[in-house]
Amino acid sequence: MSTARALRIFRRSDAGLLKRLHQGAAHRLFSSSESPSASASASTHTTINAAAANSKSRTWDEHRLSSDQLQFRDLASEFAQRELMPFAAEWDERKYFPVEVLRSAAKLGFGGVFCGHDVGGSQLTRADGVVIFEALAYGDVSATAFLTIHNMCAAIIENYGTEEQRQLLLPGLTSMEVLASYCLTEPSSGSDAASLQTTAHQEEGSTDYILNGEKAFISGGGVSDIYLVMARTGDPGPKGISCFFVEKDTQGLSFGRQEAKLGWRNQPTASVILENVRIPERNMIGREGQGFSIAMAALDGGRINIASCSIGGAQFCLDAAQEYVSSRKQFGKAIIDFQNTQFKLADMLTSVQASRSLVANAATALDSKSPWATASAAMAKRFATDACYNVCNDALQLHGGYGYLKDYTVERYVRDLRVHTILEGTNEIMRMVISRHMTKSQS
Amino acid sequence: MKIMVAVKRVIDYAVKIRVKPDKSGVETANVKMSMNPFCEIALEEALRLREAGHASEVLVVSMGGTQCSDTLRTALAMGADRAIHVSTSHSLFPLTVAKLLQALATSEKPNILLLGKQAIDDDANQTGQMVAGLLQWPQGTFASKVQIDKETVGSVTVEREVDGGLETVKLQLPAVITTDLRLNQPRYATLPNIMKAKKKTITQITPEQLGVQITSDLEILEVFEPPKRKAGVIVASVDELLDKLKNEAHVI
Repeated sequence: MSTARALRIFRRSDAGLLKRLHQGAAHRLFSSSESPSASASASTHTTINAAAANSKSRTWDEHRLSSDQLQFRDLASEFAQRELMPFAAEWDERKYFPVEVLRSAAKLGFGGVFCGHDVGGSQLTRADGVVIFEALAYGDVSATAFLTIHNMCAAIIENYGTEEQRQLLLPGLTSMEVLASYCLTEPSSGSDAASLQTTAHQEEGSTDYILNGEKAFISGGGVSDIYLVMARTGDPGPKGISCFFVEKDTQGLSFGRQEAKLGWRNQPTASVILENVRIPERNMIGREGQGFSIAMAALDGGRINIASCSIGGAQFCLDAAQEYVSSRKQFGKAIIDFQNTQFKLADMLTSVQASRSLVANAATALDSKSPWATASAAMAKRFATDACYNVCNDALQLHGGYGYLKDYTVERYVRDLRVHTILEGTNEIMRMVISRHMTKSQS
Repeated sequence: MKIMVAVKRVIDYAVKIRVKPDKSGVETANVKMSMNPFCEIALEEALRLREAGHASEVLVVSMGGTQCSDTLRTALAMGADRAIHVSTSHSLFPLTVAKLLQALATSEKPNILLLGKQAIDDDANQTGQMVAGLLQWPQGTFASKVQIDKETVGSVTVEREVDGGLETVKLQLPAVITTDLRLNQPRYATLPNIMKAKKKTITQITPEQLGVQITSDLEILEVFEPPKRKAGVIVASVDELLDKLKNEAHVI
């Protein structure tokens, strides 16, 4: 009998230890002398319950995912729940960029999802990427978004780089020993990207390029090791732009101060300043004058990825809201028992599922190199980022006063998702892209 | 050296389980399933032994319906070399599983049979001990440390978590080891390994082919939730406390 009792005691302590071990103790931010704040334990409460709810809701999409994709999702989901979710609030609060966690993610193959095996990549499809990034974003939108931008840069080198450039840059990028940033936007050219003014010209008697200009809002700015810079080598307009890679310690490359942002706070964002930055000819990616189309093609994938991040974040908020309204009682019953709440949740789930379908469609269009892929990606990004931001905002509302507190986590997702309707092409630009494709296909 | 690891597919530890309305069992439809956490630890230990050069092959086995292949594929993605799926739709209890493992061990001849100490669905904590008995192999259960000594070939040292603390035993190989929580932290599969796992074999075999008849002397009569927590009671005297502890709570 004593053994049975001992086993029961073992089991109770095992259950607690299992939960704590599953929170990725290997990546604790604070030292053992610091105890986690009260807010950390409250958000832990929210995350464990949301995780339990999520494991129920995730079965709804299983019919259309391949068995490989289901395994990818399980892996990404497990990683997100153990290594991202428990620490994301702390990272946001302290503006801490979790490079070591990103490197752990890279060890699992998340650093070069679309790159070849020969350079340490996972060589997967865009459809696979969607599944992976949504699952990771469920745990932390901002860290996942950085991961997608890094992957976008790696994919540029994979698809447009010479074999020499691939072998030089990709092994470091896929392992995330080396981080990369995408530099297109400037203080005077955001939506009107093709009017960019950073120049790259060659001097008499040298094949080197000298770069001058400034890039704005660069994710990874100041921290990344490799900067993919779109610069003007020729005439005004898109056809005069070329793509270069610049290494961090190159003379003349400097960075503005880190921007103070509403969300994406665990990511560095800064201006990238180029003052007579001299780079060899071999640092050009693709052909001269190809830079703008490289940048735009990269954004097709980038938009699908950002939309996936929005979906992952929205699903978390939806699960958290459902959990909350199931336990919160007012007027004698749980507020989920009111039909208004039920209808609200139903509409939120429909928005998330619609976003998912649109993004999955864009991914398969891109994978099959459909001429409709760019417009599909634009539609998916436009729809998903808008709809999913609203889902997060609605989830905050459903939490009532608690939704406004950092302890209840949803507000961070609202802040993080707010920028997705803006970057990688504003949703207004998405409408331009879509309508241009519509008129083009008509003529 | 060959290591065989037995893994079980169970309801994921994070899921809030519900009892079926007819009380015949726990609701498993549309519920997330995963590899039993203790089985993951067993597999991780096997992989570490292989990486340290003590073993050349890690074979993973599971028994049950078609969905076992999901769990086996995860095991292959973590790094196991090949898998065996004992295909049956019967409900399995520990003794039957032990008999199936005995048959597999007899044909595969592993040097170490690694299992989780118990499954988180039935918490039986019997299979490892039973199969060791059937095979007449030594057993090191509740292992929190496993060491292969390079000097004394043919044995393994296991540190066990027991009621009184820690106990160290030395087992002649072949042996059965069941793993406890603090033995290791299992690795994640990786994206490339998930793809590579598709090339690894999952052999299908039936209990009949192993010469084992699936009978059971156990029958689940009823499954019900534990009673909801009741309000506390203030007792008038120590005697009353002792009486309640002995006759109501049955803890002494």
